Amino acid sequence: MLNARRLILAHFWVAFAGFVLALFLGEWQMIVRSPLHSWADHPELYYRSVTAHGSEMAYVFPTLVAMGFGYAICVTALQRPLVGLKTAWFAFWLVVVGTVLAVVTVASGHASVLYTFYPPLVGHAGYYVGIVLVVVGSWIWVALLTVNLRAWRRDNPGAKVPLAMFANVAGAYLWAWTAVGAALEILLQILPVAFHLRTTIDAGLARVLFSWTLHAIVYFWLVPTYIAYYAIVPRAIGGRLYSDNMARLSFALFLVFAMPIGIHHLFTDPMVGSGLKVMHTFFTAMVTVPTFLTIFTICASVEIASRLRGGRGAFGWVKALPWGNPAMLALVFSFVMLGLGGAGGLINMSYQLNSTIHNTQWVTGHFHLIFGGAIVIMYFVIAYDLWPQLTGRALGSLQLVRLQLWLWFIGMLTVTLPWHLAGLFSMPRRMAYFDYSSAALAPDAWTVTVSVIGGALLVASGVLFVYILAAAHFGARIKEEPYRFSVALHEHEPVPAALNGFAVWFSLMIALTLVNYGFPIWQLMQLKTTTAVPAVYVGGGE
Amino acid sequence: MRRIGLWGVVGTAILVIVGGLIAYVWIPHTQRDPNESMFAAWCRAWGVPTSWLTSAPVAPQPSSDVVLDHRLLGKPTAYDVGHGATLALRCTMCHGPTGISYANSPNLAGQYAAVVYKQLRDYKSGIRANAIMTPMASNLSETDMRQLAFYYASLPRPQAAHLSAAVPAIVKWGAPMRNIAPCGSCHGDVDHTQASPWLGGEPESYIRTELIAFASGARTNDINAQMRNMAHGLSPNEIEEAAAYYAGTHP
Repeated sequence: MLNARRLILAHFWVAFAGFVLALFLGEWQMIVRSPLHSWADHPELYYRSVTAHGSEMAYVFPTLVAMGFGYAICVTALQRPLVGLKTAWFAFWLVVVGTVLAVVTVASGHASVLYTFYPPLVGHAGYYVGIVLVVVGSWIWVALLTVNLRAWRRDNPGAKVPLAMFANVAGAYLWAWTAVGAALEILLQILPVAFHLRTTIDAGLARVLFSWTLHAIVYFWLVPTYIAYYAIVPRAIGGRLYSDNMARLSFALFLVFAMPIGIHHLFTDPMVGSGLKVMHTFFTAMVTVPTFLTIFTICASVEIASRLRGGRGAFGWVKALPWGNPAMLALVFSFVMLGLGGAGGLINMSYQLNSTIHNTQWVTGHFHLIFGGAIVIMYFVIAYDLWPQLTGRALGSLQLVRLQLWLWFIGMLTVTLPWHLAGLFSMPRRMAYFDYSSAALAPDAWTVTVSVIGGALLVASGVLFVYILAAAHFGARIKEEPYRFSVALHEHEPVPAALNGFAVWFSLMIALTLVNYGFPIWQLMQLKTTTAVPAVYVGGGE
Repeated sequence: MRRIGLWGVVGTAILVIVGGLIAYVWIPHTQRDPNESMFAAWCRAWGVPTSWLTSAPVAPQPSSDVVLDHRLLGKPTAYDVGHGATLALRCTMCHGPTGISYANSPNLAGQYAAVVYKQLRDYKSGIRANAIMTPMASNLSETDMRQLAFYYASLPRPQAAHLSAAVPAIVKWGAPMRNIAPCGSCHGDVDHTQASPWLGGEPESYIRTELIAFASGARTNDINAQMRNMAHGLSPNEIEEAAAYYAGTHP
């Protein structure tokens, strides 16, 4: 890992420590909301916990994993020391300071606004400033990746950028542009109110700006997972990547279609025109294209591994797969959860069907299944795969690793499937408590109890994960070997120029942002004076 | 594969054009309200506000003419508080020399400035009526009301005497099935929202009377009928419990 080993470890450890703490908060929320426990005395405590859980899980944890993994790819795929190591440490500390600032503000009850901010709710400025620091830290990471890729290109003119690095930088650029929406919202709208310079806020404009970030951020979380699918799993299970170009095309299409789709989160918001909502439905549907490309390519790659191991027949090869290999196991779990979550997502994204599940527990189930399930389980694989490289020691027991992955998979399904069901029964989300003594709600009570049990499995899995990683620091020393990514079936196939760079895809992303966001933002800015509402300050209440 | 970049651009352009025609032209056309012009239907698909299409402005219908602004949320000057104290000499008969009433009138000591200001404004404009308060407020100027509010906000609040162990369900949790928020989520103990009065230590009979007035619709100066909607669904027992709890007398 050349010169960045400590840097990468620092990112991962802060990410995973915060992740486990936030898991406990999530489980506490489930318990106090369930029939197993009396209601939280102060609903505010519940929302405080939700804010902390969401901010940690959605902003800090995936950002740090993406940053740490990004640096790891940078040094291993490009096979050269990281340029700007000191700057990278500075960015890391920015993220840490930002996190601490945000968490302290939330924990003291001054910003229980939930991680999606929900203006006109306005919390203490410390929370927003903390989040901004996290984002600024990650922007420095984006810049560093660009600098490193450029340096490599200078020394290797015309060479094919390694797939992992191509995907890594695509994810970074996606994030850089995606974060602009929320940054504009915080800097121009929320912070002036939080600092008491203004007392009104245009909630409609703020929500549109946030939606710019809100959906594409999911693809930023997803990119490390997809890199693991393409660049780690085929190698880990002894196969070959079916097509390098297909992989590049998937990442390029994510860059294009992740952005102009966020208004499907605002289908019931009156300030956005219905035609625009239909447009965003179309473009959200386009995301299925890179998703299906990926599923096809990865299934083909896995089949190659099986056939190399002697797998035969139309379906017989499935049996010959290395099922004991954690990467294989996690891949299947991830695909099952992506499939279920994706099918649910088709309902969320279609303008007509969305109203049946809008703001219900279904949505909470959906994003936990996709992010907490399909995405995070591959973060585990990334950590397990990199750990021997980072620590110079072997992982302890593969059996424990498999147990941890099984617990996570079963736990996540046990949490989220009942949520989906409860959502279909129209149980609302963001509720501190439910009155199960009511005849209307009593039949749904069991779903919440089941989710509590699933949550306990997730906590156990999370603790086990951290234990395995910590124990590995004291494991048996191993001989250092260079880290490798998957090799493609036709490794020397020429790459089209467009898929060796980002110019076309990045331009399309910005053009589509203008097409799908330009008018509503302009129009709401024209209306600003008449649509602003008084801010509702939360926290610090007696 | 060699021209993938070009295909990317062309494909995306086709998507935008076809999608745009469906979203902004075809659907608005087929689902048009017969009383609406085609142009208006297209504009609606884009999200153009109606006010841009019609010249007649839509008249706003405020439920109270009070606008809370930063002047009430900021820190008052010593002069404001001092002058407020002088004006408040006229109020002492009912609201007590230190803002603590001995006559079952509301205690004003430590009350949020926005609350006192809003009620004075509503008395003056006639939106809230009371045989004593209406004439008292009729001659107050804008500055007077603000200074009175600042003065009362500056006084120490009466000590709430209630025990945390006996918080009634309606205060702590509300009644979710009847859409009644917990009293505490606006009036203290759990959280506070702007321009909602702090109720701790208020006289029991005052709270009861006002809750009944909101429930019957006799009092109407709550913006968006917030309190009328809450009080309407309360049982007489819950009114008693809430009043007793906030007054600090244990039922």
